[in-house]
Amino acid sequence: MNPANYVILSAILFSLGAIGVLVRRNAIIVFMSVELMLNAANLAFVAFARTNGNLDGQVVAFFVMVVAAAEVVVGLAIIVTIFRSRRSASIDEPNLLKY
Amino acid sequence: MIELMPASGVFSLIWVLIALPLLGAGVLLLGGRRTNSWGPYLGVLTVVGSAVLAVFMLLAMMGQPANERSIGQTVFSWVFAGNLEVDMAFQLDQLSMVFVLLITIVGSLIHIYSIGYMSHDADKRKFFGYLNLFVAAMLLLVLANNYLLLYVGWEGVGLASYLLIGFWQIKPTAAAAAKKAFIINRVGDVGLSLAIMVMFATFGSVSFSDVFGQASAASEGTLTAIGLLLLLAACGKSAQFPLQAWLLDAMEGPTPVSALIHAATMVTAGVYLIVRSNAIFDRAVWAAAAVVLVGLITIFMGAIIGSAKDDIKKSLAGSTMSQIGYMIFAAGLGPIGYVFAIFHLLTHGVFKAGLFLGAGSVMHGMKDNVNMRRYGALRGLMIITFVTFMAGYLAIMGIPPFAGFWSKDEIIHAAFERSWVIGAAAILGAGITGFYMTRMVVMTFFGKARWEDDVHPHESPAVMTIPLVILAIGSTFLGMALLFWGNIETWLEPVVGFASGPTPLSSIALIAITLVVVLIGAFIGWRQYGAKPVPIEAPRGNWLTRAARRDLYGDDVNEVVIVKPSFALARWLNWFDSSWIDGVVGGVAAFVGGAAGRLRRTQSGFARSYALSMLGGAVLIAAALVLVRLS
Amino acid sequence: MTPWLTILALVPLVGSVIVALLPGSRPTLAKQFTLAVSLITLALTILMALQFNGASTEPFQFVESYSWIPAFGISYSVGVDGIGLVLIALAATLVPIVVIAGWRDVDANSGGSVKGYFALILALETLMIWVFAATDLFMFYVFFEAMLIPVYFMIGRYGGPQRSYAAVKFLMYSLLGGLFMLASMIGLYVVSAQVTGQGTFDYLSLVGLEMDPTAERLLFLGFFFAFAIKAPLWPFHTWLPDAASAAKPGTAVLLIGVLDKVGTFGMIRYCLPIFPAASEFYAPVVIGMALVGIFYGAYVALNQNDMKRLFAYSSMSHFGFIALGIFVFTTIAQSGSMVYMVAHGLSTAALFLTAGFLMQRANGSSLISDFGGVNKAAPVLAGFFMFAALSSLALPGLVSFVGEFMVLLGTFQRYLIVGGVATLGIVITAAYVLRLYQKSMTGPLAPKLVGMPDLSGREILALMPIVVLTLVLGLFPAPILNVINPAVDRVMTTIGATDPTPTVSSDGSGQ
Repeated sequence: MNPANYVILSAILFSLGAIGVLVRRNAIIVFMSVELMLNAANLAFVAFARTNGNLDGQVVAFFVMVVAAAEVVVGLAIIVTIFRSRRSASIDEPNLLKY
Repeated sequence: MIELMPASGVFSLIWVLIALPLLGAGVLLLGGRRTNSWGPYLGVLTVVGSAVLAVFMLLAMMGQPANERSIGQTVFSWVFAGNLEVDMAFQLDQLSMVFVLLITIVGSLIHIYSIGYMSHDADKRKFFGYLNLFVAAMLLLVLANNYLLLYVGWEGVGLASYLLIGFWQIKPTAAAAAKKAFIINRVGDVGLSLAIMVMFATFGSVSFSDVFGQASAASEGTLTAIGLLLLLAACGKSAQFPLQAWLLDAMEGPTPVSALIHAATMVTAGVYLIVRSNAIFDRAVWAAAAVVLVGLITIFMGAIIGSAKDDIKKSLAGSTMSQIGYMIFAAGLGPIGYVFAIFHLLTHGVFKAGLFLGAGSVMHGMKDNVNMRRYGALRGLMIITFVTFMAGYLAIMGIPPFAGFWSKDEIIHAAFERSWVIGAAAILGAGITGFYMTRMVVMTFFGKARWEDDVHPHESPAVMTIPLVILAIGSTFLGMALLFWGNIETWLEPVVGFASGPTPLSSIALIAITLVVVLIGAFIGWRQYGAKPVPIEAPRGNWLTRAARRDLYGDDVNEVVIVKPSFALARWLNWFDSSWIDGVVGGVAAFVGGAAGRLRRTQSGFARSYALSMLGGAVLIAAALVLVRLS
Repeated sequence: MTPWLTILALVPLVGSVIVALLPGSRPTLAKQFTLAVSLITLALTILMALQFNGASTEPFQFVESYSWIPAFGISYSVGVDGIGLVLIALAATLVPIVVIAGWRDVDANSGGSVKGYFALILALETLMIWVFAATDLFMFYVFFEAMLIPVYFMIGRYGGPQRSYAAVKFLMYSLLGGLFMLASMIGLYVVSAQVTGQGTFDYLSLVGLEMDPTAERLLFLGFFFAFAIKAPLWPFHTWLPDAASAAKPGTAVLLIGVLDKVGTFGMIRYCLPIFPAASEFYAPVVIGMALVGIFYGAYVALNQNDMKRLFAYSSMSHFGFIALGIFVFTTIAQSGSMVYMVAHGLSTAALFLTAGFLMQRANGSSLISDFGGVNKAAPVLAGFFMFAALSSLALPGLVSFVGEFMVLLGTFQRYLIVGGVATLGIVITAAYVLRLYQKSMTGPLAPKLVGMPDLSGREILALMPIVVLTLVLGLFPAPILNVINPAVDRVMTTIGATDPTPTVSSDGSGQ
């Protein structure tokens, strides 16, 4: 197997995620894009772990998954709360938290 | 150098001399209103106690041989560090002894007088407390065995003087006069401080015995420096030119204060300092010459000011300046003058105290009016005051056989031994003394009554007149007593040395010339003020009179040269501090604040812009890593 | 062996915690408890001081040492020499006085709770004791910075109208200084690791460390900068007038009377022995700053209309004298500086407390122009004010004179001109102090002040110890000199300085 392929895939997924975060307004989609970036990173971790023959990368991938799950819980809760009060899932509207 | 004898017998109580009045001051000042009724008597009692003790010490000292009359007492080690070692130690020798007697006896009389004079004052316990403090500090000044301890007494009397000048501090003029006296004295203190420092740097000690013992080993330049610095100190305390400006204002204080502090004792501390430091001045010719010059200038300044003032106390203050000028002058003459400086100091202390208390007695009867143009014809109404004042008058003019004659004549004599020019100047000064004293006596006791209708002149109570009588007796006989019975020359010789030289004129001729000049001065005074009526409004007068009324522009000079520039500098520095130093600090704070204000604008609140900047940052870091790897 | 210093520091700390936990509804209990704790601390200090051996050849006494962070050679080490002992005693004396004087300074209308103020005072006392007792550089640094916390709250919460500006300014200034000190301290650790192979923060191991001259100078500057801000020396002083005028009188007493002494204490304890060559190199600069400060502070004080600012500038002038005495390297001047530190603590306390009592009677105004003729209405207050003023102008016979004269004498011994010029400062000091007294206390009574009460028994009780100490130590300074002189001698030996000898014994000529 050629690790380059996996890394290229990971880079493509990461870029897609990043573009999604930057251009989409819907909070749910942004959230999904973030998940995409996390998983792109996971893919790279696992690929390198496999290439280098040790388990560190896989362990980190597990960590990322756990953190991602926790993040989803908190993040979705916030999104739902905001949606309840504003009737909108746009990420640009709640901008009160500034200077 | 004389060895100090260990203190035994009555001399082991030297510290008690100081402790007694100090105790009185402590009780009176801390006791508050509780002491109002008995406090003044306690104040008198402590000083009288010291006076009695001093008399016993004098008797004991007279019983000792002449070379065993210097007694030292060390109480404890005071300030010590490195090679500095200053003891709380006293030295009672012939010179200190006469001062102790002057201070305690005249002090006692003035305390007694004050019971009457201050009887109506609500704060009289405070007054007596301050007076006691003064006596204690003055005794410390003359009993210290080193310059640093002397400095404590020196400043202590300055403090007492400050407190007493400003005793009626509800009057802004009194408060200002007190402050002025203290600050001008502080200038003199700089001189004393620096003199002590030079002494320590040179001799490694500040005690009298060490400094005088090694004085011959020091260079003349050093000794001249010490001498000039001591002279500066003396000028401050003794109101000599150029630090004379405070004494006239000091008359704002109650009259007993003027008599005790600003005539008899404190202002003569400068003379004591110079005479005490004779070992230094003997070897520093130029410093001694400066002393003579300062003395001469002040003799005339004081006399001229005294001739023009209508305020009886200020006129006497001018006279005090002038008479102390004589003492300083004599002290500058060297071994031929020291003894007579002290001799004149003692007689002056008595007759000037008498004159001041007499003036106070007049004021007491005149509703505290001090303007002599409102007096006149008081001789019949205040007989005791008049007679005692006349004794002081004759004494200060130097009419034989009154006290001033013997001492002033000796000074003129000594001046002639040095040079006929300064001798002639001293005689001229005596002539002006004749003028202003005659003017004062004539305006006060003779001529027509000029007081206002609601004033009812009356003689003072006995508690005031008895001290007057005692001082008048002193004014009459003290000169003869000290000279013929006390042998003051031989008494002081072991401490200050004594020398006499040839005189260009015979003594009798000199006495005659002096008397003629004094009488001419007195005659002019009588012609001006006795022969024709005294106007109640002062005439404009010639330029010298006008200058003298303004204290010969002493205040104006200080104002222009020192006070105004100082306050201008203070204002400028204050501005500099707030606009520049704090301005820089504030500027830095403002810059940081401003920059932060601009930076925080990037916190727009749009989550996606944050995401973009994060991405940008990540790309930058990745690019940097790649670049570093490639290079 | 009794761990005196630790006990001494812990007593007020425990007291502080207990005061903070007391119910807020009973402010009097908090005050009484604070007073009791501070008095116990004072009693312990006296007990400890009595066991101090002035003749001992050990550099420090009552030494304790426990490992704290062994990886970096950091330990909890305390011990005192004469200098530290005297300053701890000063702190322990002033705290109860401040508590008594400040009994009614805070009430429910203040920014914070009553018990909070008193808890902060006790916490500050703990930190002051530790900072003077620390013999480990790291520990010194920690407490040096930690002291800012209680003072920040004491100014920022309980101060006057300008309190938050003043508190932030004070904190920023001090933190900036502390930052440089931290950097220097780490540098010193690195140097010690390079030289000895084993990095350490132990004071005694750092004294006499051989270093590269450039490194030594840089490290010296870091420490000196922190101390110059704390002291404060010209031109790093502008936080002081603001802090002093915003703070409560009691806070100002502890701030200027004790806390600022850490600056001058640091100079003689750390700058000189650890960096002797650099100290000598920079001495002319420091002496210049001190000299400018003496006159600058005095002249600015001459033009102040706010009493508290006036006292702050006068303190700056006095700190000029203290720093001057430390950096001329003569035994007399350094001993004098130490005496001066005590004297200044006492005179500052007297000034600020009497001014505080005065302000309470004039609706909190501290403007001199609002007063006048107080002597007529409140003679006792005016009397204490006079005494404080005299103590500030170093009247001979008071302890401040002993300190000031020794500083001037020691300076004159080494640098004739500097000593001579500095002596002129005594005239300006007299001018501004007496101007203040004249304007506020004499003349006719200001209409606003009619009916003002004189000092109460509590207020007199607070001032009396200061008066007694100032007088007694002025006439009998031996108790201080006996413990200070050996410590100063040790500093002089460490930096290799010798006193100038009298000129007559050598060549018989003047300087």
